[in-house]
Amino acid sequence: MAFYRSHVLVCVDPECLAKGAHDVVDAMQDELVAQGLLDEIQVLETSRIGGCSDGPEMMVYPEGVHYVGMTADDIPYLVEEHFLKGRIVEKFREVTKVVVDEELGPLRPKEVRVVLRNCGEIDPMNIEDYLAVDGYQALGKVIGGMTPEQVIDEVTKSGLRGRGGAGFPAGRKWGLTRQVEDSPKYMVCNADEGDPGAFMNRRVLEGDPHSVIEGMIIGAYATGASFGYIYCRAEYPLAVETLNLALTQAREFGFLGKNILGTDFNFDLEVRVGAGAFVCGEETALMASIMGMRGEPRPRPPFPSVQGVWGKPTNNNNVETYANVPQIILNGADWYASMGTERSKGTKTFAVGGNVAKPGLIEVPMGITLREIIFDVAGGIKDGRQFKAVQTGGPMGGCLTEKHLDLPLDYEALSQAGSMMGSGGLVVMDENSCMVDIARFFMDFTQAESCGKCVPCRIGTRRILELLQKMCDGKGQPGDIEKLEELCHEVAKNSLCGLGQGAPNPVLSTLAHFRHEYEAHVYEKRCPAKVCRPLIRYEIEESCTGCMVCARNCPVEAISGERRQQHVIDQNICIRCGICMQVCNFNSVAVES
Amino acid sequence: MPAIKSLEELKRVREEALAKKQLKATPGHIQVIVAMGTCGIAAGARDTMKSVLNFIETEHLSGVTVTQTGCMGMCEQEPIMQVVIGDQPKVVYGKVNAEVASQIMKQHVQNGSPVKDYVLPL
Repeated sequence: MAFYRSHVLVCVDPECLAKGAHDVVDAMQDELVAQGLLDEIQVLETSRIGGCSDGPEMMVYPEGVHYVGMTADDIPYLVEEHFLKGRIVEKFREVTKVVVDEELGPLRPKEVRVVLRNCGEIDPMNIEDYLAVDGYQALGKVIGGMTPEQVIDEVTKSGLRGRGGAGFPAGRKWGLTRQVEDSPKYMVCNADEGDPGAFMNRRVLEGDPHSVIEGMIIGAYATGASFGYIYCRAEYPLAVETLNLALTQAREFGFLGKNILGTDFNFDLEVRVGAGAFVCGEETALMASIMGMRGEPRPRPPFPSVQGVWGKPTNNNNVETYANVPQIILNGADWYASMGTERSKGTKTFAVGGNVAKPGLIEVPMGITLREIIFDVAGGIKDGRQFKAVQTGGPMGGCLTEKHLDLPLDYEALSQAGSMMGSGGLVVMDENSCMVDIARFFMDFTQAESCGKCVPCRIGTRRILELLQKMCDGKGQPGDIEKLEELCHEVAKNSLCGLGQGAPNPVLSTLAHFRHEYEAHVYEKRCPAKVCRPLIRYEIEESCTGCMVCARNCPVEAISGERRQQHVIDQNICIRCGICMQVCNFNSVAVES
Repeated sequence: MPAIKSLEELKRVREEALAKKQLKATPGHIQVIVAMGTCGIAAGARDTMKSVLNFIETEHLSGVTVTQTGCMGMCEQEPIMQVVIGDQPKVVYGKVNAEVASQIMKQHVQNGSPVKDYVLPL
């Protein structure tokens, strides 16, 4: 291995490329040749270093100097100063910018904030902070001069659709509840956000609780409801606390209770805490749970708008749906409908996780592509690895691949691609993820959360999980893949609620796009991504210096060898934990499959 | 606060709240805002908050309001702390543990120069 005294990493992210990163790389190479430094300094192309906003950017190690805004013309001076004379060129260095954004706070590129506009900006424990940012003005506008029908019209015109993932038009749902002649009517807010790795709703409940409450009061006025429940999961104790405080303050100010704002409109709210069942995010199970019964779904119809909580007409929306309402009322339906695609309007929050450089919570306009979300907003794939797949819509969603990256974000587009919008979880995977293992992970989750009321889901998910486990253990047999496929279709077709109907999605979508990985597991007993432990081996290669570090760190003492001699791993003892690979300083441990 | 009984009152309450908010942004007034969502607390925001309050107490600082806010959506940067001095633009800091918090209080809040190493380049 050649030894370089210095490494120059040049960002070749699309954004920097557009600004001429390749010219910088070429100029660098030419200059190094000219100065005779080619053997001492290595130029590497890498993914994003910084924000790329003033690219092309480069990073010089070992000093760790970050240069920005480089052009090919700057290179000769840079090479002379930095690499020949060893002086850091201050004028090219990145300057830490102080953020100037008084209205919205830190926005990532391409974000548009409607639901999250106050999160991290106001004190959620103080209603006056919310009032100062036009809080409860929408309620005043509604009560002061709009009929319930006008409110429903406005919400319908805005094109707001259910943000819990199903995408049912919110205005239409309100209209259905309004139509039913029965009283009392109830409002329910689904704050039982259970998808692994998704916490957009938590952020709203903890950071801006009044926007949800205000949306619910407006909804109650429109549907004619007199009482409401916010069903929040017990795993969010701070959200429950914040909500309860917000409710107390809203009552104090007369936004809740009897004679709201001096009119004869009465409405009050209560927080109900879930008990950790994922299925309670399904609306009929959620309502059963509110009534103190077992959280199990029931067949629909009758829909909640006819028979919901306590057998009365109930309107149920997700946290994010309600949080959009005050903004729609204040700024008008046309403003909201101006964002997004033809059938999906407005913005959507996402929790981007997995192998991305900048994970976190984002809010983007509908119609943005997955590519923009992953590569621009979330900073691309971590450590410059290859993008492999993205799982959208939580454990009932599907995996989408490279060819879907330019899909516009829209309920129908995602469904047609074999995934779904869901509540907004996005898990990005790189080349080091095994798709069979991913499918097994999600199946493990849904199988554990299956409530057991209907047979297809209770037994079907269990059998699917067993088959996947078999494949990951290297015990798959010919015919298993076909059996798995058949089972998935049956479970999806015959289950009672969305949990069972959606549970096979991760398996079906990975089968559709990564069937070769399943086949490798079953027929070749090999895991292409080198993840499934029973199918991999760790081998020590010839470059081993015999430093003994791996042998000392092996928990089962499977490694033997003399000092300064190549070591050997005894495959019969090895438990494939990978510690030897982590501790080796010479990259001499390889994974084989 | 008696309940609001009319739209005029609602308007008035909003004006008052706005006035209070603007009062905080007058020259000479300093706001320190700690993000205290579940993620922030899990990352140690309570210690950050304590450190800020301790600093104010031991140094007898006046004219500083300490408030909290919700999650900022940048989980990997928690605990996050914002400093607003008078009507100057807000400075957002990431990975602020108790020690960094007192450094920020000393260098930025007391002496007016931001602690560059922890400013989030947003």
